[in-house]
Amino acid sequence: MQWTDDAIVLSARKYGESAAILHVLTPEHGRHAGLVRGGAGRRQRGNLQAGNQLAVTWRGRLDEQLGSFTVEMTAARASHWLDDPGRLGALTAAAAVVEAALPERESHPEVYGDFCALLDALDQDPEWARAYVRWELALLADLGYGLDLGHCASTGVTDNLIYVSPKSGRAVSADAGAPYRDKLLALPDFLRADAGGVPPDAAALTAGLVLTGHFLSHHVLEPHGGHLPPARLRLVDRLSLSATTSGI
Amino acid sequence: MHGAEIERLAQLLAKLPGLGPRSAKRAVLQLLKKKETLLRPLADALLKAADAVHECTICGNLDTTQPCYFCSDPKRDETAICVVEDVADLWALERVIDYRGRFHVLGGVLSALDGIGPDELRISGLVSRAKSETVHEIILATSATVDGQTTAHYVVDRLAGCDVMVTRLAHGLPVGGELDYLDEGTLNTALKARRAVDLP
Repeated sequence: MQWTDDAIVLSARKYGESAAILHVLTPEHGRHAGLVRGGAGRRQRGNLQAGNQLAVTWRGRLDEQLGSFTVEMTAARASHWLDDPGRLGALTAAAAVVEAALPERESHPEVYGDFCALLDALDQDPEWARAYVRWELALLADLGYGLDLGHCASTGVTDNLIYVSPKSGRAVSADAGAPYRDKLLALPDFLRADAGGVPPDAAALTAGLVLTGHFLSHHVLEPHGGHLPPARLRLVDRLSLSATTSGI
Repeated sequence: MHGAEIERLAQLLAKLPGLGPRSAKRAVLQLLKKKETLLRPLADALLKAADAVHECTICGNLDTTQPCYFCSDPKRDETAICVVEDVADLWALERVIDYRGRFHVLGGVLSALDGIGPDELRISGLVSRAKSETVHEIILATSATVDGQTTAHYVVDRLAGCDVMVTRLAHGLPVGGELDYLDEGTLNTALKARRAVDLP
């Protein structure tokens, strides 16, 4: 068995003296693992950093085997953000969430495309944190748990939507949600369908992460015995800290 | 190969870095051939090291004294602490004769895959040391990897409120490195960390 595909590195773990077990996200073969011979060595280690884009060839005698990868780097993304705690935190959180949320060897070309777009946003968009929250919303939608943030679940109105039902994932207007405000999740302005281009502050971004984190945790991870990865929790902590101090 | 003792010795040696089952058996054979000059002294040295070597309660280094040589040497610069991931990194940095400060061994990097969270690292001890009036600089010498730098940023967050300057090692061209052979990531960080050159 053999195939070649583009890939984004999710994680690499040393195996034996010099090999590494690499987990990547590919457009055609989904999340896939394989052994990289020499992957823990000096020449290859830098290529196997989370977020780097590779051209990978997977080989295995049988389809169900771990198999081995040969890799060639196409874009060194990780090194761009080593000095930027926020962007690096978003990258590690995204890689960890994908690794935890996606089943192995199930093709998700949309998730791959969205991940590439997120990497571009981390590179170029000053509002990278907004892009991250929207990426998690898109991931939820790709996995079949899309949120309906355009209409009030109770009244059908499209304005003054400030809550989200933690059960249905649908928006709730201020009036309809008032009696249940303690049980509802906050819907930050920048996630509403009619959101303008005003950059969200750190508090709104944290609210966005709490919202997506709830659905990732309850609908995607916990049914399989998983939890939100520590890297994702640290990203929320960082944004929460920013909300009480200055910028991101 | 016969003998449970020989098998056991080979199995244990094979767990050492750089040794596989076959090379471990060669090492066992060599040890048994040189029983008096190699095997007994090695066994004695191993026992003594097992009894005498401990983790330093201050910095996490491995040494026979408590506190370790680096923490107790009055000639070393007390104002600077170099933070490293592992004792091997400390040994590597100790070869740099320009640095005569103290060290702090974290004991790894944050890694969800390996189950290492902040509580498994010696970060609280570092924060306590950074609060000391004698410490003026914390040098972060973690790896230039995603995990290493994530850990460094976390340590910086934890050092908030401490009256110290925090620095980190530069990333870029290795000495003797030719541009043509360097990977894109190294070149990128080197370019980002470029420095102005004084004109004559």
